[in-house]
Amino acid sequence: MPETGTAEKIACGFNINVNVNGKPYSRQIEPRMLLVEFLREACDLTGTHVGCDTTYCGACTVLMNGLAVKSCTMFAVQADGSEITTVEGLEKDGKLHPIQKAFGDSYGLQCGYCTPGLMLSAHQLLSQNPGPSEMEIRKAIAGNTCRCTGYMNIFKAIELAGRNMGGA
Amino acid sequence: MLGQLGEGAKFLAGGQSLIPLLKLRFANPEHLVDLNFIPGTSFIKEDAGGLRFGTLHFGAMTRHAEIEHSPLVRRIPLLHDCAAGIADVQVRNRGTIGGSLAEADPSGDWANALITLDTTVHCLGPGGARIVHLKDFIKDAFTTALAHDELVAEIEVKIPPKHSGGAYLAFKRSAPVYPSASAAVQLTLAGDVCQEAAIALGCVGLTAIRATQAETELRGKILNDETIATAAEAARSAADPQPDMRGSAEYKRQLVVALVKRAIQIAARRARGEEVEGTHLYA
Repeated sequence: MPETGTAEKIACGFNINVNVNGKPYSRQIEPRMLLVEFLREACDLTGTHVGCDTTYCGACTVLMNGLAVKSCTMFAVQADGSEITTVEGLEKDGKLHPIQKAFGDSYGLQCGYCTPGLMLSAHQLLSQNPGPSEMEIRKAIAGNTCRCTGYMNIFKAIELAGRNMGGA
Repeated sequence: MLGQLGEGAKFLAGGQSLIPLLKLRFANPEHLVDLNFIPGTSFIKEDAGGLRFGTLHFGAMTRHAEIEHSPLVRRIPLLHDCAAGIADVQVRNRGTIGGSLAEADPSGDWANALITLDTTVHCLGPGGARIVHLKDFIKDAFTTALAHDELVAEIEVKIPPKHSGGAYLAFKRSAPVYPSASAAVQLTLAGDVCQEAAIALGCVGLTAIRATQAETELRGKILNDETIATAAEAARSAADPQPDMRGSAEYKRQLVVALVKRAIQIAARRARGEEVEGTHLYA
């Protein structure tokens, strides 16, 4: 937080430390920078997409401390000190995360633009509820728009991922 | 601090409305004061209240998702309905109850839900604290009783009596958009007779509208299809919608009738002790 009367301080930027996918990133940024811009431009992690840029489509969804947030609707400075997970952080040791594998196996994507956001929304859901009903899946991804109309296979992918992660 | 930064400064709560407004250049504050790192501003507490009815207290920075998942909030199902249906998971993880009230967007959910309950807003500023009843807090569209350097600290809601039940229903074209219309209903029953009724309509006026005639149609009456239909019809006249991309004025009035009817039915079942899952409706 800036002290009062800090126009100069603001102009020269803020230092923030964010842990992204288990790796610390320390950057000096403008306070107006959005979290999604920070991830894509300051950290070079371009798997997080900008879709609508109006808090609608969910393409920019990432996890902040385990919870799904729209990274186009947060300032990067607000993520200072937090743990961010992007789609790049799902894969471990060259092995796809069960959610990624299930999206592939169930054909839960077409053009792929919405996919990173959908997988992270699915991640929050499955970490809290590994055996979700179809209605629970619908509610969990209601903030993610897919314009290829692939929702049915996305539901199947999330169900499959839940089963493969040990859910009912 | 806002006083020192001057008129061009604004508080930032969850940011789920303010940040989109900034992007659209509808708001141009010179400074933003982020409230997110202040400890102790996010909480849900119950005050048993001794012999009187208890109250629930919400810290202004309590996220919609925290309210949605709170077992305490199950005491007032209408509040759970409201919290669980706002926008989508991502927005509920960030957006706050205090921010929603302070913004006073006529399409926002919280003001409409809370106006049917005995709700007070604890305001805090350099001059000290004061408590304002919600109906006096919301002045107009996007206008509250808050002074420029004042903020919402806490929201206090009286827990309704035993044979009382409520429901909040909003109709949305899709999850992340604002509702086309919403209805909040809180009923207190004595057997089959409706003792007390509070009915509010959202998104169909400059602020949430209390449908007082609809309330009168229920008070002292036995709840049946006929009395419920009469009350819902009275709500149609109370609505004052503008035609926009969400629908014509006539369409929204029709929607209000349907939502009020359904919300009364759910509220009545809950007042009788039934557990009814209710949530926002999507097209």
